[in-house]
Amino acid sequence: MKHNFYKITQMKIFWPLVALAVLLLLNLFLLPGFFSIQIKDGHLFGSVIDILNRVMPLLIISLGMTMVIAKEGIDISVGSVLAISGALAAAMMEHTSVWVALLAAVGVGIICGLWNGVLVSVFEIQPMVATLILLTVGRGIAQLITGGQILSIDNSVYQYLGSGFLLGLPFPIFIGAAIFLIMMYLKKRTAMGLFLESIGNNMTASKFAGIQPKKMIILVYTICGVCAAIAGIIVSANVSSADANNAGLWIELDAILAVVIGGTSMRGGRYFLGGTIVGAFFIQTLSTTIYSVGINPQIVMVVKAIVVILVCLFQSQEFRKLFLKFTKKKVSFS
Amino acid sequence: MSSAILLRAEGISKSFPGVKALSNVNFSLRRGEIHSLMGENGAGKSTLIKVLTGVHEKDEGSFYLEGKPISPVSPQDAQRLGISTVYQEINLCENLSVAENIFIGREPKKRGRIDWKEMNCRAERILSERLKINIDVTKILSSYSTAIQQMVAIARAVDISSGVLILDEPTSSLDKNEVKQLFEVMTKLKSEGMGIVFISHFLDQIYEITDRITILRNGEQIGEYVTKEISRSQLVSKMIGREWGKDSNQENKNTRKEVQQVFVSAQNLGRRGMISPLDFTLRKGEILGLAGLLGSGRTEFAKVLFGIEKADQGVLTIDHQQIRNMTPKAAIDKGFSFCPEDRKVEGIVNDLSIRENIILGLQTKRGLFKYIPMNEQREIAQKYIELLNIKTPNMEERIDNLSGGNQQKVILARWLATAPKLLILDEPTRGIDVGSKAEIRKLILDLASQGISILFISAELEEMVACCDRVIVLRDRKKIGELDRTEMSESRIMDMIAEGVPVDET
Ligand SMILES: Nc1ncnc2c1ncn2[C@@H]1O[C@H](COP(=O)(O)OP(=O)(O)OP(=O)(O)O)[C@@H](O)[C@H]1O
Ligand SMILES: [Mg+2]
Repeated sequence: MKHNFYKITQMKIFWPLVALAVLLLLNLFLLPGFFSIQIKDGHLFGSVIDILNRVMPLLIISLGMTMVIAKEGIDISVGSVLAISGALAAAMMEHTSVWVALLAAVGVGIICGLWNGVLVSVFEIQPMVATLILLTVGRGIAQLITGGQILSIDNSVYQYLGSGFLLGLPFPIFIGAAIFLIMMYLKKRTAMGLFLESIGNNMTASKFAGIQPKKMIILVYTICGVCAAIAGIIVSANVSSADANNAGLWIELDAILAVVIGGTSMRGGRYFLGGTIVGAFFIQTLSTTIYSVGINPQIVMVVKAIVVILVCLFQSQEFRKLFLKFTKKKVSFS
Repeated sequence: MSSAILLRAEGISKSFPGVKALSNVNFSLRRGEIHSLMGENGAGKSTLIKVLTGVHEKDEGSFYLEGKPISPVSPQDAQRLGISTVYQEINLCENLSVAENIFIGREPKKRGRIDWKEMNCRAERILSERLKINIDVTKILSSYSTAIQQMVAIARAVDISSGVLILDEPTSSLDKNEVKQLFEVMTKLKSEGMGIVFISHFLDQIYEITDRITILRNGEQIGEYVTKEISRSQLVSKMIGREWGKDSNQENKNTRKEVQQVFVSAQNLGRRGMISPLDFTLRKGEILGLAGLLGSGRTEFAKVLFGIEKADQGVLTIDHQQIRNMTPKAAIDKGFSFCPEDRKVEGIVNDLSIRENIILGLQTKRGLFKYIPMNEQREIAQKYIELLNIKTPNMEERIDNLSGGNQQKVILARWLATAPKLLILDEPTRGIDVGSKAEIRKLILDLASQGISILFISAELEEMVACCDRVIVLRDRKKIGELDRTEMSESRIMDMIAEGVPVDET
């Protein structure tokens, strides 16, 4: 029994789940009606549904980021790619059909991902630096596309992607679920998971084993780019406008945090898609909670930082050991 | 004999999840002796060392240094007590210079700052005087071969040691000359009254240098013997726990019939700075050896052949088909497989399980989208765990929890599992125990008789002569000759290698 419990605490998903549960419990006491769900016109409404809906762009980007981090990389350009894709879709819809605009938005995600991938794999530029280029240039490109204005979107099909309902649930949830399933498929039913984890852990040995790291690297950055583009579509569809300046600002940081909280190490190797999902939910719930309990907006970032630090510390086995030792001592003294 | 006990271990036990690595082991090291720990792969030798030096926590038992109980909590702690260790998996910093590696944590200082000049000077002196190695100590460590890295680790430990020196398989990647240097140093330290623990799977070395042997089997101590008083077959029988038949160690008479069909051939294949252009042919079912000293180009040639390094001239023909632009993936698709020399860097993937490490090569052969179904993966892994006698409680265990020799077997399994037509084996039995070595040799001969071509690289000439149909001799990254079975003998190969000026190791 004790042994089983130990085993469970050793699972990567355990601590992020605990953190999320604690946060939800807190909400239960702080915010009456947090868990209540109403049905209006056959659609579900409530704080939980709201979180589920809002988290999707972050969640999708985090999933892409997980694969990049698994191969010991990082992609800090996702926020800019998100802005470009939203801007491009909005701009194109003024002239062409919504479907072409959607294709173009995803296409630009592919191009951005390829760009990052080629810089990292072919030119062997460090991932942080390589993606920094697109992080800075990307917003400029997005502004060029929108002409420096906030473009409004007036297309019901497009808007449905961000704010429509299916089976009573917000539509973005289905997009997120589909992407998660595809990635799970890639991880469990193809050799993608094995190859990525192998490259992320030991590049030289992977080369000797016949894995083609360059191809894999380009592939994961491309996937990450596509994820960012899809998130861009959802974000712009949700607010019916494309804002080149502010869409997806700082989302790369939240995404990296979600991945790390989910148990994937920045040093590469094993990656946990389920953990990332929990991580993304945690961050979104935290933001929502902080806003709804009315914490002074000026210190929101500080509160968020403190909570994240705590979660990360508790994930570290060394810290837990120290913590246990410390608390035990206290107990024995009293 | 003034054999005061220097270091004593009493009733040491250590368990890992699913394995009892040590149970109630006693061990004593006397002043001025070289003491060997012997045992099969996974017997618990390295674990004993790691428990002693504070890498792992022991479950039970106690250690005494000069009669006083000690319990170091880290290797640094052990060093302060005068116990310095070269671990089996060398733990140096690849991207620091050689000198920095030797002095890390105890850099010579001048006015509070590191005195680089002094440090480089002293590093050079230690290497050249003690171990007769002349290299540029300001270059980063990873620019040198495994052998040199091994020697640097030894130099560091020797320089620190005061009292007890522990060497866990230090000779696994060394050539005869380096081994000789190492033995000279060890003899000198021994005469100064130091106690040395020496682990190796080479019986010749054990009999040459050690005074006493402690045998471990499955984590239990079988006994302590004076080296001179125990015969080789007794020793091995005690290690493996059953009679060691003479025949299992005997030279495997080569009775395979000759096949004329050529599988791979090369004309003028080479790469500047690595291997001078050379011709070679390899028939189906033939075992071809590459002999030469460390740095003679034997590994480099294998790498060029497998596409790890691009050939910059020459033609490679596989099955009458000319191949351009060889890459490891292309090589694997053509039926090549390459068991590399340096298992830590080029072989194992730490994070992955034993199963995943075994199927990795086969998976790349099948491709990204033809994922091997889980039950097939398990079958394959199980098959090779049994065939090669890999000692593990569970195939889902992380590979770095295996003992060194067992990790080597996993890498071998990875390449056998691809059902290759050409098997390139670069020191395939490095770190593997005497018994398994004989098994693997048999397996190699078996594969050859099934028509698989084998390119065999080994520093052990005896092994080469016993297995190979033909040997290509390399020196200074050049092919200097070829011997067939009738002309081949250890001394003949040695002579060819030694002719002319000796190769400088840089
Ligand atoms: N960190 C670990 N976690 C789990 N099991 C371990 C760990 N380290 C060693 N073992 C197990 O303990 C046993 C003894 O291993 P050890 O490394 O001491 O063997 P060894 O005698 O040094 O063998 P070799 O000759 O192959 O180096 C093996 O069965 C190994 O799988
Ligand atoms: Mg060992």
